[in-house]
Amino acid sequence: MYATNYLRPKSLAEAASMFADAGDAAYVSGGHTLLPAMKGRLAAPANLIDLRHLPELKGVSADAGRVTIGAGTSHAEVAANPTVKAHLPVLAGLAGSIGDIHVRHMGTIGGSVANNDPAADYPSALLALDAIVTTDRRDIPVADYLAGLYTTTLEEGEIVTKVSFAVPQSCGYAKFRNPASRYAMAASFVARFADGVRIGITGCGDEGAFRWNEAEAALSARFAEDAIDGLALDPGRMMGDIHGSSEYRAHLAKVMTRRAVTNQGMVLIQP
Amino acid sequence: MTHVTMTVNGRPVSGDVEGRTLLVQFLREHLGLTGTHVGCDTTQCGACVVHMDGRSVKSCTVLAASAEGASVTTIEGLANGETLHPMQEAFRKHHGLQCGYCTPGMIMAAVDIVRRHGNALDEKTVRHELEGNLCRCTGYHNIVEAVLAVAKDAPAPAHTGA
Repeated sequence: MYATNYLRPKSLAEAASMFADAGDAAYVSGGHTLLPAMKGRLAAPANLIDLRHLPELKGVSADAGRVTIGAGTSHAEVAANPTVKAHLPVLAGLAGSIGDIHVRHMGTIGGSVANNDPAADYPSALLALDAIVTTDRRDIPVADYLAGLYTTTLEEGEIVTKVSFAVPQSCGYAKFRNPASRYAMAASFVARFADGVRIGITGCGDEGAFRWNEAEAALSARFAEDAIDGLALDPGRMMGDIHGSSEYRAHLAKVMTRRAVTNQGMVLIQP
Repeated sequence: MTHVTMTVNGRPVSGDVEGRTLLVQFLREHLGLTGTHVGCDTTQCGACVVHMDGRSVKSCTVLAASAEGASVTTIEGLANGETLHPMQEAFRKHHGLQCGYCTPGMIMAAVDIVRRHGNALDEKTVRHELEGNLCRCTGYHNIVEAVLAVAKDAPAPAHTGA
C-alpha cells in the first residue's frame, strides 16, 4: 500500500470539508473493498477520510412502507437488526450472506452502495426494492443512481448517508456464489408489489446490476416460475471469465430468478 | 504520522503510526504481540482475526488509526494467567490444531461464534460460521469438535447477531 494520510472527521460536514480541502482523497467506511484495492495498488488516494465513526450515518428505522438504513450500518448489524428482520427479513438474509462474519462486522451498506461492485449483493436489492439513496446533498432514486461497473451518479465528494427500501408484499433472493471468492456469479432479487414485480440481477451483468424487465412483465402477469420459461437473458450483456462464460451466467441468472420466485420469503445461497 | 491510543488486552497502549499502518502491523510490530498471524493479507484466510470492541475482525484489513479508542483483544489476551481460556483448552483437548498457523484466528473466531450463538450452536452452523477462516492443514473436523464442546456449556444465545 502506498503512503496515505489518515483523517478522522467528527461530523458529516467536517468530512465533506476535509474532502474539499484535501485534493486527492477517498472516503473509507468499513474499508473492506478499499483497503484490499489499496494493497493491490489499484487505488492510492493521498488522503483517507474515515466515515466509520460518524454518528450521523448510524440507525435503522421503518415508516410509511419503507425501511431506512444508515450508511454506516455494518452488514452484520443489518443482518441482526430487529426492524430489518421484522419488515424485510430477506434483506437481512442478504446482508448475512455477504463475505464472512468478520467481513460483515466491518463492511457497511453505504460503502457497498457507493462502490457498486458488479458482483455485490446490495445493488440487486436496491433495484428490486425501489431504493432511494440519500446523500449529504440529495435523494437519488435507484433508477438515477447505478451507472455501470463500479460507477454511480455520486458527485465528487458526495457522501451516501442512508438507503431506504420499499417493503414489498413478498420477496426472495437466490444467489449462486463463486465458491472461492464467495461473490455472486449470478443472483436474483425478486419482489412482488401491488403494482407489479421488480427483479434485480447482480453478479453477471457486464454493466453491473440490472433489472430484468421482460421477466418482470411476465411475472407481473402470472407469478409462477414457469412464467419465464420462454425468456432468456442476452449473453452479449453478461460478464464472462474463467469462472463461467457469459452464456453460463445468463442461464444461471434465469435459474436464480426461478428459485427466487418459488421461494418467496427466503434467501437461498449456493454452494 | 498519526498518534493512536487504544486498549489492547485490557492494557492502554499508544504509538505513532503511518496512515497506511494496518492494525495487525501495529499489534505485531509495534506491540510485539506476534500471536496474531498474517496469512493471506487479502481478507480471506482469517489468521489475523482479533476482537475489536467485542466483534471479530480481520486485522489485516483495519487501519490502526481507525482503531483509535477501540478495545482490542488478541489471542494473547484470552488466557487468565496460566489458565487457558475454555476455547484454547478445547482446541488442546480435541486436537483442534495441526501446524498451528491458523489457530489464533480460529480461536478468536470461535469465541465470537459462541458469543453470538451460545448453546444453540450445531455442527452445520459452526462449519458455516467458520467460512472466513481457512486451515491449510484441512483440520476442520477437530476444530468444529472443539467449538461445539465449548458451546455445549455456554449460556443461551446473545441475540445480538452483530
